[in-house]
Amino acid sequence: MTYIVKPQFHHPSLPTNKLGFTRRDYEGRVSTLCAGCGHDSISAAIVQACFEIDLEPHRLAKLSGIGCSSKTPDYFLSASHGFNTVHGRMPSVLTGANLANRELIYLGVSGDGDSASIGLGQFAHAMRRGVNMAYIVENNGVYGLTKGQFSATADKGSKSKKGAVNSDSGIDLVAMALQLGATFVGRSFSGDKDQLVPLIKAALTHKGAAFIDVLSPCVAFNNHKGSTKSFDWVREHNEAVNRLDVILGRAPVTAAYPPGSLVEVAQHDGSVLMLRKVARDYDATDRVKAMAYLHEREAVGEIVTGLLYVEAESEDLHDALATVAKPLNALSDAELVPGAAALDRINAALR
Amino acid sequence: MTRPTAAVNDFVVKFANVNGSGSASANGLFVKAILRMGVAVAARNIFPSNIQGLPTWYEIRVSGHGWLGRRGGVDLMVALNPQTWDRDVAEIDTGGYLFYDSTKPMPASKFREDITVVGVPLTALCNAAYVEPSKRKVMKNIICLGALTFLLGIEQDVVEALLAEEYASKPAMIPANIEALHIGFDHAKQNLKPLGLQLKRADAVGDRIFVDGNTAAALGAVYGGATVCAWYPITPSTSLAEAFTEYCRKLRHDPETGQARYAIVQAEDEIASIGMVVGAGWNGARAFTCTSGPGVSLMQEFIGLSYFAEIPAVIFDVQRGGPSTGMPTRTQQSDILSAAYASHGDTKHVLLLPEGPGECFEMGASAFDLADRLQTMVFVMLDLDMGMNEWLVEPFRWDDSRCLDHGKVMTAEMLEAGADFGRYKDVDGDGIPYRTLPATHPSKGAYFTRGTSRDPYARYSEEGAVYVDNMERLLRKFDTARTLVPAPILRKARERTSYGVIYYGSTSPAMDEALAGLEARGLNVDALRVRAFPFPGEVFEFIAHHELVFVVEQNRDAQLRTLLINEGGVDPARLVKVLNYDGSPITARFIQAELARGMGAVDANAAGEMAQ
Repeated sequence: MTYIVKPQFHHPSLPTNKLGFTRRDYEGRVSTLCAGCGHDSISAAIVQACFEIDLEPHRLAKLSGIGCSSKTPDYFLSASHGFNTVHGRMPSVLTGANLANRELIYLGVSGDGDSASIGLGQFAHAMRRGVNMAYIVENNGVYGLTKGQFSATADKGSKSKKGAVNSDSGIDLVAMALQLGATFVGRSFSGDKDQLVPLIKAALTHKGAAFIDVLSPCVAFNNHKGSTKSFDWVREHNEAVNRLDVILGRAPVTAAYPPGSLVEVAQHDGSVLMLRKVARDYDATDRVKAMAYLHEREAVGEIVTGLLYVEAESEDLHDALATVAKPLNALSDAELVPGAAALDRINAALR
Repeated sequence: MTRPTAAVNDFVVKFANVNGSGSASANGLFVKAILRMGVAVAARNIFPSNIQGLPTWYEIRVSGHGWLGRRGGVDLMVALNPQTWDRDVAEIDTGGYLFYDSTKPMPASKFREDITVVGVPLTALCNAAYVEPSKRKVMKNIICLGALTFLLGIEQDVVEALLAEEYASKPAMIPANIEALHIGFDHAKQNLKPLGLQLKRADAVGDRIFVDGNTAAALGAVYGGATVCAWYPITPSTSLAEAFTEYCRKLRHDPETGQARYAIVQAEDEIASIGMVVGAGWNGARAFTCTSGPGVSLMQEFIGLSYFAEIPAVIFDVQRGGPSTGMPTRTQQSDILSAAYASHGDTKHVLLLPEGPGECFEMGASAFDLADRLQTMVFVMLDLDMGMNEWLVEPFRWDDSRCLDHGKVMTAEMLEAGADFGRYKDVDGDGIPYRTLPATHPSKGAYFTRGTSRDPYARYSEEGAVYVDNMERLLRKFDTARTLVPAPILRKARERTSYGVIYYGSTSPAMDEALAGLEARGLNVDALRVRAFPFPGEVFEFIAHHELVFVVEQNRDAQLRTLLINEGGVDPARLVKVLNYDGSPITARFIQAELARGMGAVDANAAGEMAQ
């Protein structure tokens, strides 16, 4: 049904957010992905998250690489500028875009082929630079568009649809992001909207490199028995460490939670992340412990999900470069061009 | 015996050094001293891809006439590197001079009968005066400078003043250096006679500046309004990014907050560099990267994206000897084709071809206007010779009334007024569409940028006719570029002639001298210096008006000639290749000999010049 133009009208009683937008205002074109694709659920979660944080749709820039996941920015936020770049290189394009205008919100959407194989280098360097962005990997462990080859996140020993067994070790992007210095790291499952929407909200409001690995089963090529990225497998092995609420504008809501089960993290933009603990002793503000916990659970076959790490006092690339508050793309000639008198002085120094 | 060469303000000196020996700063002082005496000079560093221990040369052209290219040949060899002794001695012109460290005796077989040998026991003098190894290493170069100061008639107080400037931040070093200078000077004065090569104060430098092209291009980028630089270190382009950093520090900080009005990122590789540049360009900032041939190879995919998605970006390609790692510290003009047609599919890109640091500044600035105006990738093609060597050029000039041209950017007001925005729609026939920047308007003007085929309204389309329309528009845009890029510069011969010569880039100074030499011999050839691709119509008119046109280049495959044939449908038989590609900058003697030969004049010097 992908040839159908999505109708613009909607029910007059649809709820609106603080800006007066309905959820429909955050949607995009009709998806061309396979029916039941996990990626469409993630697009829906992005729409929901943007709606809930009262984002002006045009203040977000959405960037992607190449692959099924990278097609999805066309399916949400039609009022935002989007850039479908080249395979594995979204991180660098997003970095440059962010340098040009620090005032926008940057959403990078990528896949496991895009980020863990061809783009692993750019993924790593964008994380370590602290580019202010929400970076979502829609992770299905498989190359869908080219029909079913293993990707680098496929677990060792998992089976392809045609029965081939993967002999290479799988790359865990969450573990890498933690090691590389990302200041917000989460993992979720496309089938768990309650967990995913708050994570995206928090990532969009986070200052610095925010990474979310979203397991997103490929219904066409990686949803069979023997796959470790299928709906069934992920549901059975999902181990949530916490449940997250994102509170905008610092509303006093702590009373709603039983004492001792709550961690509160205030972010730069004034939003507060309320973490309801599920796993005992899990501390999402301790990078080293988060890494250890992740590996521990992985060893027993569990997929740890939730907000795994957040650094409240995070800094971004612009802080490191000490750039002016005004976006670089808005600086005037007078602010950029030193002029003839300065040039005369330079000439004099070259004689 | 051959008569020793006698020349005032017109000779070639070559220093043969070992890299990492501290010779570079002494060599720099030598050149500056000549300039301060008002004598024009051109200096070229010939160095290996290495930090310490391998041979380097520094070739200095002293020219009372003001010729700034390589002449060819050597009149005085300062041979301080035993590794290269034999070839260094062999390179001296008959009648020339050999200056060497005579601390250890050399067998007579190591010299030549037809040159004048001048020995100064530099090591002995140095060891007698200094005990610390670090001083011995550095001061030997200054002692050498002192001896040359006497031998060549350089004004001693000029050198002393330069030493004082050099060590202004470490004043304790000044007397020590001046003392070393005197050790060399006094020894030479007591034991030797001045050479036949002499410097005499003149007034031939004027207000010209001495600067390398990378520095000039970086300064051009500052004046051109570049705010984002993403780069990856690669010889010979690295100093461009470093100079940009340096000038931004001085010129681009908010005076009140001290914050930076620029962002410079040393990326993880060339692919990420160009990715950041494309991202910044998409978002409305002026952005560039600087690299060399291998980097351009890595950037191919993004260059195609910039072409097809129509994103302004600038690449400074400081060309070096290829292919592959090639001769990374030697010069060539061998990226012309790979830049002009970079990336897969049908692509063509704008190239600017500066002739030296002066145009590196000017084109370094205007490249950003062109990129914004044309919404595409613009290459500025430097090379190692102009990029890393300081050249004597006219001072940089800037007109304060000049404004940055951002091209066709659709604003919120235009959208509000009901403008029909189609990102890839040709509204006025020049092939250039309007673009919007992200966040321009809450509900209008957003579009999805991609490298896939699309219709004028940026909607994905694989329809053949829609695709062809877009590709044809891109050709129209390239035709528009033809009218916007710098025009070629014509220099007519004294008399009407059927011979023409086309050249570009760093060949310029050697060509100036070669043309004067040809004219002096009564050989008439009209010259056209090409300054950009796509070629403006004048280039093909020039070819049409001459029976035979020499195309002088510094690469093996005659790349500009190929481009001329391909783009202009020129009969290849009428374009004669004149090629120097051994990694050393082209010389005036070589050009003159090749052109003279091509015009039927007998010239004994023709053979073997390039090989030297």
